[in-house]
Amino acid sequence: MSEKKYFDPEDLKKFGNITEFQEEMGKKFFDYYAEVFKEGALTQREKALIALAVAHTVQCPYCIDAYSTECLQKGADEEEMMEAVHVAAAIRSGASLVFGVQMMNHVKKMTM
Amino acid sequence: MGVKQNTKTLFRRNVPLAQPRFQFQILERHTFNNGHFPTFSEKVSEHKQLPLTRGKLEILQLNLGKLCNQTCKHCHVDAGPDRKDQQMSREILQQALSLIETYNIPTVDLTGGAPEMNEHFKWFVEACFHLGVHIIDRCNLTILNAGKKYEDLPRFLADHHVHVVSSLPHYNKKRTDAQRGDGVFESSILGLQKLNALGYGQPDSDLILDLVYNPTGIFLPSSQSVLEPQFKRKLKNKFDVDFNNLIAITNMPISRFLEYLLETDNYERYMFSLLDAFNPATLEGVMCRNTLSVGWDGSLYDCDFNQMLNLKSDLPNPTIFDLQPDKLEGEPIVVHQACYGCTAGAGSSCGGEIA
Repeated sequence: MSEKKYFDPEDLKKFGNITEFQEEMGKKFFDYYAEVFKEGALTQREKALIALAVAHTVQCPYCIDAYSTECLQKGADEEEMMEAVHVAAAIRSGASLVFGVQMMNHVKKMTM
Repeated sequence: MGVKQNTKTLFRRNVPLAQPRFQFQILERHTFNNGHFPTFSEKVSEHKQLPLTRGKLEILQLNLGKLCNQTCKHCHVDAGPDRKDQQMSREILQQALSLIETYNIPTVDLTGGAPEMNEHFKWFVEACFHLGVHIIDRCNLTILNAGKKYEDLPRFLADHHVHVVSSLPHYNKKRTDAQRGDGVFESSILGLQKLNALGYGQPDSDLILDLVYNPTGIFLPSSQSVLEPQFKRKLKNKFDVDFNNLIAITNMPISRFLEYLLETDNYERYMFSLLDAFNPATLEGVMCRNTLSVGWDGSLYDCDFNQMLNLKSDLPNPTIFDLQPDKLEGEPIVVHQACYGCTAGAGSSCGGEIA
């Protein structure tokens, strides 16, 4: 009996099939997606590293697989990729820590 | 400057994959779990390009032997320091010279192994230089630092205007050494610096130094236009190294790279990545159209990969002694599943991208 699982890496290959249930919106999304990742003011390599960082922020396993591969293909090395992940982590932790100011404000109001 | 061997050749380990026939069987008969995998011929016929046929011969590629001072993990030749058995003889090289002169073949492409380790290398390069032919040396760079015997090699290459096409899979030491052996990166940089000092890769110099990038894992190369600026910037800033062009080559699923794919259970994944990236626009420019590969014993093949799979050209007598370069146009090219490696993405050839 095949093992049932919520996440199957093979499903990434079927991403394009989302047009099956809503063709027009799906097609527009993929056209937009392709446009975004073209070489522009940012290089494809820079966009891949940003995407890798964002993938870690949204914690999408499909995106992490896809953009780890993409970064390698675009010539990025391990150090650059991990630095991109640290950027994501720094922003996430910073976003929590900055609310420490709110906590401090509240505590200062409440205490002598 | 010494380099350490990452692995041993398949030949030395005497494993089944050392046999071209065994590799070919895997390529042709493998059953995939993840759906139908068309044959390369089926795929090409979808685009009405079957049979693939030869055009005018422009490049005679000679594999001078499998002897090499490195044992890279991805090597499609299964080259290494133990491969002393199959070296191209002077008789075959003399025949190649005769054909180059008679038929005005514009380019001779020397590969191996480390082609410079063939005892006739210098004699042959000198003879080609006097014929005025464009000479390509596929140099692994570390051979330039491999002891006294090769000390004068950089000067020799420069004096004979040899176009050096050198392997450097990454500007990152860890990545390069993981594929090619500990110490290879540092020795390669030293080799590049020696070539630069002689004028190679410098502006206003006619000494051409190209780098070959090939992926250090189970992914495909990006386009050269994406990779080349990174390599130029990183190598210049860190090591003051200059070069002319970056050539991106896809790893072929044969020999030691095939072993790596099988051992890491990535064979199917890699083959599907090649299939998914199949680009029919590459078919017009695949290198087998204008290049003929000659083996150490004078046998003829449509490319160096076919040579390693022992798939000879579809000619009545596929040896250099019966070769008629002016009769090759229109001859069919022998294709198989590994050919997907040359048609993925922007395509791959010994000259880099195709489409």
